[in-house]
Amino acid sequence: MATAHSRTAARYMMAPAVTLLLGWMLVPLIMTLYFSFSDYRPLRGVFEPWVGFENYVRFWNSSSFADSVWTTLILVAAVLIITLTIGVLLALLLNEQIFGQGIVRILVISPFFVMPTVSALVWKNMMMDPNNGVLSHVWRFFGATPHDFLSQSPLLSIILILSWQWLPFATLILLTAIQSLDSEQLEAAEMDGAPALSRFWYLILPHLGRAITIVTLIQTIFLLSIFAEIFVTTGGAFGTRTLSYLVFQRIVESQNIGLGSAGGIFAVIVANIVAIFLMRIVGKNLDA
Amino acid sequence: MARAVTPRRKAITTAAAWTIGLLLFFPILWTILTSFKTEAEAIASPPSFVFFDWTLENYGVVQDRSGYMKFLWNSIIIAGGSTLLGIIVAVPAAWSMAFVPSARTKDILLWMLSTKMLPAVGVLYPISLVFIKLGILDTRIGLVIVLMLINLPIIVWMLYTYFREIPSEILEAARMDGASLREEIFHVLTPMAVPGIASTLLLNFILAWNEAFWTLNLTAANAAPLTSFIASYSSPEGLFFAKLSAASTMAIAPILILGWFSQKQLVRGLTFGAVK
Repeated sequence: MATAHSRTAARYMMAPAVTLLLGWMLVPLIMTLYFSFSDYRPLRGVFEPWVGFENYVRFWNSSSFADSVWTTLILVAAVLIITLTIGVLLALLLNEQIFGQGIVRILVISPFFVMPTVSALVWKNMMMDPNNGVLSHVWRFFGATPHDFLSQSPLLSIILILSWQWLPFATLILLTAIQSLDSEQLEAAEMDGAPALSRFWYLILPHLGRAITIVTLIQTIFLLSIFAEIFVTTGGAFGTRTLSYLVFQRIVESQNIGLGSAGGIFAVIVANIVAIFLMRIVGKNLDA
Repeated sequence: MARAVTPRRKAITTAAAWTIGLLLFFPILWTILTSFKTEAEAIASPPSFVFFDWTLENYGVVQDRSGYMKFLWNSIIIAGGSTLLGIIVAVPAAWSMAFVPSARTKDILLWMLSTKMLPAVGVLYPISLVFIKLGILDTRIGLVIVLMLINLPIIVWMLYTYFREIPSEILEAARMDGASLREEIFHVLTPMAVPGIASTLLLNFILAWNEAFWTLNLTAANAAPLTSFIASYSSPEGLFFAKLSAASTMAIAPILILGWFSQKQLVRGLTFGAVK
C-alpha cells in the first residue's frame, strides 16, 4: 500500500492544481468583496474605499434587483420543466428499438455542441425573425400573422433557445440512467400484467430520481450564469435581465464597480446555495 | 436488450424518434443549407429547401471580409492550449488522489468542484483588473490561463474517475519490480490511462471551444476566438442571412463532429461520475 514516501510525493503532485484553484477562487473573490464595500466608479474618478454596506442596501432595494431575481427564477424553472419533461419522454423513446438509432442520437445531441453565441444568433435570425425566420414562414403558411418572438415575448424566446440547448444534455443523462435499469425487472412487471403507465410510475421514474436531481442541479448552476444567449439577443432589455446579467451591466456598462460587486456577492451566495445540494449528492456517490 | 419487439411497434417508435430528432436538428440543418444560398434566396418567401442554386460564395466573403482564419486560429490555440495545460496540471493531482487517497481526498475533490460553481460575473472585474496589470488582456495566453482554470475541476474529476478504474495491483507489481515513481507514472500508468486522457482532452476541448463568457469579455481585436467573431454578427447589417449562416456553420462544424464522438464522455464528465 501507500508508503510514507508516496504520500509525500502525492502531496507534491497535488500542489499545483490545488494552489492554482485556490488562487483562482480566493484572489478575485476577496477583491470583489473589497470593492463591494467601496464607492468605486472609475469613469467618474470616484474612489472611496469604505462606505460600509451602502452598496448592498442599494442593490437590494433597487427595483431592478427584485425584477432580475424574478426573471432568473422564471427562466431557470421553465427551462428545467421543459427539458426534464421532454427529456424523460425522449429518453424513453430512444431506449426503444429503432432503425438508425445511432443517427437519431446524433441528431438529438447536436444542439448541445453548438456554441452559445451561434445558437442564440441562429434562433434570433434564422428561426424567430419576424420577416424571414422559419417560424414566421410556418405562421404565414397557416394564415397567421408572424409573431415577433424576441420583442413580443422575449423571455419566452430565450427560454426556448436555452431549452433547445439543454434538452440534449438532460436526454443523454436520463437515457444513460434508463439503460442501467435492470431490464429483467421490467420484463417481470410486464409479464405480471402491469400496464405501461404504472411500470413507468413505479419502476422507471423512481430509478430516474437520482439522474433527475443531478440534471436539475447542474443545469441550475449553468443557467444561473448564462450570458451569451442574453447578450446577443435582447441585451437584457424587455424583462430578460437575469441577476447575473444585471451584475454584468452594473460593472461593464455603468462602470459602477462598488454596486456591481455587491450584486456579484449576491450572485455568489445564490449559486452556493444550489451548489451545496449538488455537493451532497456527488459526495455521497464518492463513498459508494 | 434482447427483447422481441413487434415490427409495428418498431415502425412507430422509429417514425417518432426520427421526427423528433430532425425537428431538434432542424435549426442547425437550416443554417447549413442557408449558408449555400445567395442572400436573395436566403430571404425568399416561401423559402426553398434544397432546390436553389448552390453557391460557395458566402464562405469566401466571410473569410475575405472578416478574416475568419484568424478567429479560427485563436479558437484552436485557446481551446487546445487551455486543455493541454489543464491535463498537465491535472494528471499528477488525479494520480495521487486515485492511488494514494488520504482522509482529505474527498473534501479536496468536492472543493475543486465548488470552484466551478462560482458565478463568473462575481469575479469579472477583479480578473480584468489583474489582466490589465499583467498586460495579458486581449491576449491568447490570458484566455488559455482562464479557460484552463475554469475547466481544471472537470479535468481533474474525469481523470480521477478513469484512474480509479485502473487496478492498483498493477502499479504495486511495478513498484515491487523496482520501478521508480516516475517510471511507474510514465511507463505503467500512462499507457493504461491513454483512453481516459484522450476522452478528457476531447470533452474539455469542446467545452473550451464553446465557452462564451470570458472569451467575450476578455478579448477585443487581437485574441478574439470564434465565439466573439459570431457575436459581432449580432448587429444587423442589412442583407446578411446567408453570410451569418456561413460564418455559423464554419464555427460549429469542427466541434459538432468532435462532439458526436464524445457522447459517453459527456455524461461522465458533466455528472462527476454520479450517473453511470
